[in-house]
Amino acid sequence: MPLIEATSLGQEYDGRYVLKGIDLRINKGEAFALIGPTGAGKTTLLRLLDLLDTPASGQVFFDGVDVTRSGHRRLEARRRMSYVQQKPAVFTMDVYGNIACGLKWRHEKKEVIRRKVDSVLELVGMADYKNRDARTLSGGETQRVAIARALVTEPEVLILDEPTANLDPVSASKIEAVLEKIIAEQKTTLIMATHDMPQGQRLAGKIGVLINGQLLQVGNPNDVFCSPQSKEVAEFVGVENILAGIIVEKDDSLATIDINGNTIQAVSDCAVGEKVHVCARPEDITFALTREAGSARNVFEGSISKMIAVGPLARIELDCGFPLLGVLTTRSAQELQLTIGRRVYASFKATAVHVIKRRS
Amino acid sequence: MGELWDAFVKALHLIVTLDREVMDATRVSLSIAAISCAATALLCLPLGSLIHFRRFPGKRFLISTIQTLYSLPTVTVGLLIFVIFSQAGPLGGLGIFLTPTAMVLGQVILIAPVMLGLIISALSGVDKAVSETATSLGASRFQAALITIREARFAIMASVVMGFGRAFAEVGVANMVGGNFAGYTRTLTTDMMLQTQMGNTELAMALGIILILIALVINVVLNRLQQR
Repeated sequence: MPLIEATSLGQEYDGRYVLKGIDLRINKGEAFALIGPTGAGKTTLLRLLDLLDTPASGQVFFDGVDVTRSGHRRLEARRRMSYVQQKPAVFTMDVYGNIACGLKWRHEKKEVIRRKVDSVLELVGMADYKNRDARTLSGGETQRVAIARALVTEPEVLILDEPTANLDPVSASKIEAVLEKIIAEQKTTLIMATHDMPQGQRLAGKIGVLINGQLLQVGNPNDVFCSPQSKEVAEFVGVENILAGIIVEKDDSLATIDINGNTIQAVSDCAVGEKVHVCARPEDITFALTREAGSARNVFEGSISKMIAVGPLARIELDCGFPLLGVLTTRSAQELQLTIGRRVYASFKATAVHVIKRRS
Repeated sequence: MGELWDAFVKALHLIVTLDREVMDATRVSLSIAAISCAATALLCLPLGSLIHFRRFPGKRFLISTIQTLYSLPTVTVGLLIFVIFSQAGPLGGLGIFLTPTAMVLGQVILIAPVMLGLIISALSGVDKAVSETATSLGASRFQAALITIREARFAIMASVVMGFGRAFAEVGVANMVGGNFAGYTRTLTTDMMLQTQMGNTELAMALGIILILIALVINVVLNRLQQR
């Protein structure tokens, strides 16, 4: 039985649906990351799961109990969870007081409160800040206090909304380290919303992709990033070559796909005649000045239409009858003497291509 | 100008020598204003919280009405108390007219809208995230409301100080329902009015100086609270 289950969950504001038909099951001890672009409805979903808001439709079950509307049951369930908001609000009191609040509300004894607060302050590396006015803390420190405040009640579920958004890289990595420790050391179920995909990949064992209020895909990070089930998910997880085509030939699992007169070979279980999207990651594309005899089944000649340096990498856009984006190191680009207009060969393997059935 | 200076010196003399009449008026003013203020605060804090935290039809209208009553004329309140509690009034039998109790009652009616309105504003000024954070950390609705009140405590205290200031400085209610009996219902303001009418300018000025000094203290406290 899942610890948290949402069925056909929907939410609307001013008559406009911001979440639609969300079905989600999160098991005990799982680290689940909700990824999606800004405005996708991640915070709305987290607020529904934390029982802060009441859904417009659907149900939320906590440990098998329907907690969608009942006030008493909701408080009981909420007390087994903790939620860290994207921009946490601190109470006008010292760090200790802020962290102790949740325990006081649960009528814990003073000694227990002191012991637990001290312990959690150590965990988040804020022991020296115990007596500081919480309002004087930096963004990263406030976030750590918020996490400590959420953890001190030893919740079964820890919900985090963009835990490192708007933080500098040093503060962000400290927060991530704390979360990694929580995942590794404690048996807390973690639900986290983030638009930082690599963060979701690093921290979570299961990922859900929420786009335009709909949960389009749920699976392990490798499935979501390498085998997106829709064009929207593919675009969001960074697949930059998405080409519309139709399967024209099939030889076992090897499909030949027509892309505006060009053919791409890919491993796919789609049938001949099916309309598909062909996805290829830029990092799977290799460039050469001559047509090399290699294992890559897909080789296209074209001229470079765009070159952009991104740190140590160069992004190359090739016009080979369709636009194809690839990346290589700046050093390799220099060695190949790649320039705009130069004709090169781009190649990629059939196994590097992911094929998605087109909806229409 | 010389006459004014002489009056000022005399006033200081009355204050320094702790003149009985001046001290009595000060004591009555402070005690009646303090009791009115405490009673109003006890009434307005839960009522203001209830209005702020509850959703009900007509809430906006109610808040607008409360705000309109900020400028309730003191003589109107005095008249109301007179009509109800004077011998001929429906509650005349209680015998509280021309007593400090009637003055307290009048001042409560006078300052309640101000204190209530400012408490509601103080609570509305607290970031909604405070209450949501508390709720998400397992606070019940009551506990979440308490932390919101705690966050607004300085603004709430400022509203109480403001109410005290209005009660302390008002003259209409005190004069109409207290009767201005020396040492009993005579306040700084009613005494000042009386002494001015009787031509005792020095005494009236001494009372005025005390009134201003206490108002200054209230203002300093108010400013301090608003800076927190």
